[in-house]
Amino acid sequence: MSRAPASVRPTSAEPAPRRGSDTWTAALTRWVEGLVPKGQWLPDRQPAYVASWIYVFGVACLASLVVIIVSGLVLTLGGVTWWHSNSLGHFVNSVHLWSVELFFATMVIHLWGKFFMASWRGNRGLTWATGALAFFGSLGTAFTGYLIQTNFDSQWISTQAKDGLNAAGIGAYFNVMNLGQMVLWHVSLLPLVVGGIVVVHLVLVRRRGVAPPIGAEDPALSTADEPARPTTPGTPATAPVPAVPVRQGPES
Amino acid sequence: MITQFLAASQPVPAGPVVQWGWLTITVANLVVILLMIVVFMLALVLPFPSSREDEDR
Repeated sequence: MSRAPASVRPTSAEPAPRRGSDTWTAALTRWVEGLVPKGQWLPDRQPAYVASWIYVFGVACLASLVVIIVSGLVLTLGGVTWWHSNSLGHFVNSVHLWSVELFFATMVIHLWGKFFMASWRGNRGLTWATGALAFFGSLGTAFTGYLIQTNFDSQWISTQAKDGLNAAGIGAYFNVMNLGQMVLWHVSLLPLVVGGIVVVHLVLVRRRGVAPPIGAEDPALSTADEPARPTTPGTPATAPVPAVPVRQGPES
Repeated sequence: MITQFLAASQPVPAGPVVQWGWLTITVANLVVILLMIVVFMLALVLPFPSSREDEDR
């Protein structure tokens, strides 16, 4: 009995893909599976240049966003005035505020790092654009957050902002003096938009791989017409950049 | 509770500001921006810790 060539030998005991199925669920499955190269959703190895602190700030920003969402969900239990009269509400509100501060600080440092690295290289233009969109969406979300503090600060901000928005002709549709409208924009519409953009951004980062520093060879460009495939266990390196295991964390 | 509401309703002063010509910025914002620049510079120059296993390779 002859043995199958190594190149076509199955590497795992996974079931054969259902290429012949024409159901929409099978098509959706194939689409989701094809979004990111196999093994790249949560890779445990990265190119050597990722072992740098400048690569930490993207995932630090993401961690801050998780804290923002969790503390925001807790705040919805007590409402927008909860923090005025309850020490637990005050604490959760402070966690929400400071995680936002950390979110923006790490996002801007991430932005500086990627800008000076020209991270739109290697077909990463859309990754850069979605990052910029996430930044501007976050600005709007933070703005509506400051508007619903229910204190003099929020009154000052809203009365100042209304003039600019009225001058722009959108005050009738986006009324910063309407607390109910601003609450719903802050806790529903804008988080959905920002969350969606962040998901697309992360998928693109995983699809193309993290951007290399200027001067380092990009693994994404070494395989033509294929998404980036940073080194993974059991897979040979595709670029002369030495691949070393990197601790979980810095990915973007 | 009424005391807490009253405390929350008191205006909070904006704090000191610095001015250079057309630029006016609160000291708090200036400190935050300077700290971010310092963190950015440190991220570029500080070595990233690696495990002994990584160094052996």
